[in-house]
Amino acid sequence: MKFHNDDDKPVRRPRAQVLSKQLDRVFTELNSIASFIGRFFKEVFMPPYEFKEIIRQCFEIGVKSLPLISLTGFIIGIVFMNQSRPSLAEFGATSWLPSLVSLAIVRALAPLVTALIGAGRIGSMIGAELGSMKVTEQIEAMEVSATNPFKFLVVSRVLATTFMIPALMMYTMLVALLGAFLNVNANEGTSFVTFFSQVFDAITFLDIFSSLFKSALFGFTIGVVGCYKGYNSSKGTEGVGKAANSSVVTAMFLVFIEELLSLQIITALR
Amino acid sequence: MKQTQPVIDRSNCVINIRGLEKSFGDLDVLRGVDLDLYKGENLVVLGKSGTGKSVLIKIISGLLKPDTGEVNVLGKRVDKLKGRALDQLRLKIGFSFQNSALYDSMTIRKNLEFPLVRNRRDLTRGEVDKMVEVVLDAVGLSQTINQMPSELSGGQRKRIGIARTLILRPEIMLYDEPTAGLDPITCIDINNLINEVQSRFHTSSIIITHDLTCAKDVGDRVVMLLDGQFQRQGTFEEVFDTQDERVKLFHDYNFID
Repeated sequence: MKFHNDDDKPVRRPRAQVLSKQLDRVFTELNSIASFIGRFFKEVFMPPYEFKEIIRQCFEIGVKSLPLISLTGFIIGIVFMNQSRPSLAEFGATSWLPSLVSLAIVRALAPLVTALIGAGRIGSMIGAELGSMKVTEQIEAMEVSATNPFKFLVVSRVLATTFMIPALMMYTMLVALLGAFLNVNANEGTSFVTFFSQVFDAITFLDIFSSLFKSALFGFTIGVVGCYKGYNSSKGTEGVGKAANSSVVTAMFLVFIEELLSLQIITALR
Repeated sequence: MKQTQPVIDRSNCVINIRGLEKSFGDLDVLRGVDLDLYKGENLVVLGKSGTGKSVLIKIISGLLKPDTGEVNVLGKRVDKLKGRALDQLRLKIGFSFQNSALYDSMTIRKNLEFPLVRNRRDLTRGEVDKMVEVVLDAVGLSQTINQMPSELSGGQRKRIGIARTLILRPEIMLYDEPTAGLDPITCIDINNLINEVQSRFHTSSIIITHDLTCAKDVGDRVVMLLDGQFQRQGTFEEVFDTQDERVKLFHDYNFID
């Protein structure tokens, strides 16, 4: 970064100064996000409750994601089963395939894949929608018609993502296991009952519970990031694009960080 | 031009502003604005772009907070109100945005219903439908009820934006650049609509504009915002009967355009 002195010679700004400015920006942003989350928790318990809008958002976020989730989950089940087979076959342990695949799907793949698809599809949708509402004064129009736009737009969307990502995760889990079953049935001739009894023998309540909890956290993150970026967007249409893009990138980054942290906690619990 | 003479009650001041100041960073936008709006009156605020006209009505509707000064609307200090009290006051203020600000994801019917179903939960479905029909009829766009905002022209969007504010039967209307970006014929239609709203719904209005034809057609009184203060006020002719170069320039350029 350069600026000019009196003799018009470019002078390099001290690195410490640049770093301090960047840190300042990061902390201001963090403070702003913390206030946003704080406002969410304050508004979520205060009436009026936007049940209709929450249900509408659940439909938009949950039901409309089903085709993409179904396809992805099914393919993951088949591919993961195919990729695992050669390694286990070397030890003559292909009968362990259902247990191995179910653990991978239930503990890691289903929550993570659902959250990443959610960050891409839902995060960008929320960021772009709220961003465009902001720059076209629709949010202000809501405010002047005595409607709390934060409650109507943000609280409903964050609650919808927090509820729907775990639900979608369970669905991904089932579809992926179905894909895995079809693969193992075609190759090893394992029956439906044998496959699923092995699956349920391998997984525990903690596996399901931790995945549900993680997914709710991912959903909350995707909702908050999308809403925050959209609600605070500026600079016209360029800002809308940036809000959508930034929602996806930030949400995906945070999902990975949360996955790492939750892995440590769950391993310790196990 | 107005078909009927409005009934203005000069003893009843619905908006009263004293010493209003607002700045953004180093930029002083409003520098000591005093304003009175009387019941039944159409007041036009003229001024160049970026002089703080829109900021003024955003402060009146509580969207922005003033730095200093008093803003009284219908006897209440807007700058001191919060939460429910502010919402209650906002129900009496209609705000027509420059770009209409229609909700893109909703049909025209849903757009019009939105303020009503959220603030008048006592109404039946039939009553809501009736009120939607009445305001749509008032702006002459009954046929658009099931259309999406993206299917309408700029002029139609403005009309629907006005209809959406009228549905709550406000006492005060705030119009932000109602004729901006419209062709001259549609501008005349919008001006007529503003006058019709005044006579039919008995509203008191502030019309923010830099369009002198609009100011002449709808204004019972005109004020001119220059350098963050009201420099001239009176009838349209009185405002422009001056040797002030800034005012003359504004007038001349507008009519040359």
